Amino acid sequence: MTNAAVHMEGQLHAPAQGAVATGAVHAKGQQHPIKLYLVVWGWLFVLSTCSYLVDYFGLHGYLRWSLILLFMVLKAGLIVAVFMHMAWERLALAYAILLPPIAVLVFVSIMVLESEYTHLLRVLFFAAPP
Amino acid sequence: MAETVLTNPGQSPARLEGWRGIAADWASDQRAFKNVSWGKAMMWIFLLSDTFIFSCFLLSYMTARMSTTVPWPNPSEVFALNIGGNHIPLILIAIMTFVLISSSGTMAMAVNFGYRRDRVRTAILMLVTAAFGATFVGMQAFEWTKLIMEGVRPWGNPWGAPQFGASFFMITGFHGTHVTIGVIFLIAIARKVLRGDFDVERRGFFTSRKGYYEIVEIMGLYWHFVDLVWVFIFAFFYLW
Repeated sequence: MTNAAVHMEGQLHAPAQGAVATGAVHAKGQQHPIKLYLVVWGWLFVLSTCSYLVDYFGLHGYLRWSLILLFMVLKAGLIVAVFMHMAWERLALAYAILLPPIAVLVFVSIMVLESEYTHLLRVLFFAAPP
Repeated sequence: MAETVLTNPGQSPARLEGWRGIAADWASDQRAFKNVSWGKAMMWIFLLSDTFIFSCFLLSYMTARMSTTVPWPNPSEVFALNIGGNHIPLILIAIMTFVLISSSGTMAMAVNFGYRRDRVRTAILMLVTAAFGATFVGMQAFEWTKLIMEGVRPWGNPWGAPQFGASFFMITGFHGTHVTIGVIFLIAIARKVLRGDFDVERRGFFTSRKGYYEIVEIMGLYWHFVDLVWVFIFAFFYLW
């Protein structure tokens, strides 16, 4: 990841030079070396294999959950940052898009409390007698 | 109204660092997204709203699964396949995941070749992406058929909590619809690319506006989003 971050920084000023080098008047927009996409593609494969192996080896409990969430967040981050070019977008756009989903996490915590409560009531009052 | 031109980062207006820059952009005259065309900004805002839709699906699934007192069917077993006499858990879903990730890779390269104005390679990569997407939908149709044959319905199933069917059909169905729309969108744009619409800046049939290769990137945003949603569905629905 450190290498990728350095690489991204280096890309910020590349497009202007690229346009001159190719002589293309219309060269604009996101320009990054193909190799970057291939590396990210490879990492996505590795991470997907890892999350599949978590299930294959039947890991359980907190280990399973932390691994699943870790691989999920890494995959999502790679897709959004590199494939969707969010790493190179202006902060005004990046924050406008990336901050609102945090509200979903609040919603998640509310619904976790709610479903624990529902579950408790069901166990107390509706559970079938033995 | 003047055409909005996408400039590259080297030409965009100077910005302040961090939050000061964000505040300056949002408080500035006329537009908040300085170097982003309206098409790309609108696609991002649409994707944000779509994020909330899928979040609500996954949240309702989470609530149903956490509050039921009946055991939830084990996805590892439900989605297992017998291949060559071996019983492999969740293998179909794993293959679907790899197919979708591969399609994301080809899409990212299509965007790259699009900005290089490499017409043929862009179109071929987009059509490969569409083929991967169609494969994904085909495998999903196979999965649905298998489960329906085994007696899974939105109101019940042979293995446990009846909400399993409703959650499964709703979430994967909505995602599959997105993939299908994406495939159609891909084929439509690939045709335009191949025909050279964006080289001669031919005007669109419906909008009468000039097309640019940026539409390939906007199309790519949608496609990567579909892949992104699958990452979350894979983690929460299949691996939980």
